[in-house]
Amino acid sequence: MSDFSLNEALWVLLLGSLLGFELIGKVPPTLHTPLMSGANAISGITLLAALALIGQAPSPPLQALGAVALGFALFNVIGGFLVTDRMLAMFRRRGGAA
Amino acid sequence: MNQLLLDLSAVLLLALGLRGLAKLRTARMANGLAALAIGLAVVGLLVSQGLAGWPWMLGGLAVGGGIGVVLALRVPMTAMPETVALFNGCGGMASLLVALGAVGLPGPMGLLATVSVLASVLVGSITFSGSLVAMAKLQEWLDTPAWTQRQARHAVNITLALACLACCVVVVQGQPWGLAPLTVLALLLGIGLTLPIGGADMPVVISLLNSYSGVAAAAAGFVVGSALLIVAGAMVGAAGLILTQVMCTAMNRSLTSVLFGGALGASAGAGSGEKKEAESYGRITSCSAEECAMALEQAERVVFVPGYGLAVAQAQHSLRELARLLEGHGVEVSYAIHPVAGRMPGHMNVLLAEADVPYDQLVEMDVINPEFPRTDVVIVLGANDVVNPQAKNDPSSPLFGMPVLEVDQARSVYVVKRGLGAGYAGIKNGLFELPQTAMVFGDAKAVLNGLITELRGLGVGKKALAAV
Repeated sequence: MSDFSLNEALWVLLLGSLLGFELIGKVPPTLHTPLMSGANAISGITLLAALALIGQAPSPPLQALGAVALGFALFNVIGGFLVTDRMLAMFRRRGGAA
Repeated sequence: MNQLLLDLSAVLLLALGLRGLAKLRTARMANGLAALAIGLAVVGLLVSQGLAGWPWMLGGLAVGGGIGVVLALRVPMTAMPETVALFNGCGGMASLLVALGAVGLPGPMGLLATVSVLASVLVGSITFSGSLVAMAKLQEWLDTPAWTQRQARHAVNITLALACLACCVVVVQGQPWGLAPLTVLALLLGIGLTLPIGGADMPVVISLLNSYSGVAAAAAGFVVGSALLIVAGAMVGAAGLILTQVMCTAMNRSLTSVLFGGALGASAGAGSGEKKEAESYGRITSCSAEECAMALEQAERVVFVPGYGLAVAQAQHSLRELARLLEGHGVEVSYAIHPVAGRMPGHMNVLLAEADVPYDQLVEMDVINPEFPRTDVVIVLGANDVVNPQAKNDPSSPLFGMPVLEVDQARSVYVVKRGLGAGYAGIKNGLFELPQTAMVFGDAKAVLNGLITELRGLGVGKKALAAV
């Protein structure tokens, strides 16, 4: 399906994981909930796979399956980012005052 | 080439976003950056593959995105943990569906593609059903059934896991029909793994499932051959794992005991007999709002301990009003925030921020604990397990070892509570029986409004006005 080899894919996987481990060190407890919510929204990036499926699907049933997958993923991404923003907006107001 | 540039910038922005989300000053912008990154990634993909099938894409966008927007804007802040669980479950579902769909694409599937599909189906299914169980538990639609506390549950889960493995072997040997039973079994496994875990531990579970959904996305990346998806999924998977660990530390629980130890407080066994025991208290002093108001009026230093019960009663605004009244009277007011107050670490900060409580009055546990001995009045509002002194001095308590707010060190403690039911973890609270503790029974909002009225009756508000 693509021209990219197992070797490269595994390197990408390893380096991505290491990056994830390094990015989050100390998190103030206040931010645990928003951070979880934000990270959750990012995991909806699987929407790319859904788009690829729709693009490559040869028949309507498969395209429909891709569309349903896309719907679930977008629900995760859009809802997730909005809800995180709502939470963080509340801190923002206070941060300016304090 | 264009797609490569877009993808690379997306990865960069995602990394900056995740990093920024862990700091208070940058968090909101970082969230925006991450959203932008996903947008760029979508553009990159559409640039390279074209717009074939666009009506389906628009359909998915309209339905999924539309429902997401409405839910995100409408859901109350008290329901945030279960909302995150729901979003997370849907991410898992998306990975599952993509993997199933990829099998139907033309062309032969190599071993790599097959294994990726299996991983995506397995992790996606567990994430989906596990997240829905977590959501139902947080919404209190679902109890922890007694049978899930027996050791036999491990046998059930191990059997399910082995059956999943068997299905995977079947699929690898060129029999794609094995995916159907695999999906069903993995969905059941997600339920079996999450159901025995008590409500108090749900935040950790959601965080872990969030990590899984990252893994599922990375697996989907292998399926469709997208390096970006692999990086992003791996990043979220690893970051989610770290966050899970951070949360476990805050709650003084180990990940293994959360996952396999059963519900807190249910370890004693007999499920039904236990609730009764938890409700049998010895000496309890109860008092009226009037007496409590008199104590407040004479206090120099007051600490509020807000819990989930406060948020459920929608009493944050009344609390804020009471605090303002006391501050006008010259009383030093602060709020003690336990790391796991509410239903998720940091949840209470979100809820109080919504009610405009000044951020600098929210004091974290380690800072406020040494202050309790010089505190005149502590008012506990809908919190229970996080103020239980047995966590410190009773090695037989299931809570033993959990860091708690040491409110028993204060001169007087008033506990506002609807009744003498056990806390969320189902454990009796020795604080209620201490001589310096008085219970004020009633709904948090009603009690707070009563206190405001009583204090005004004592002339507190007038003095404040005169002072201004």
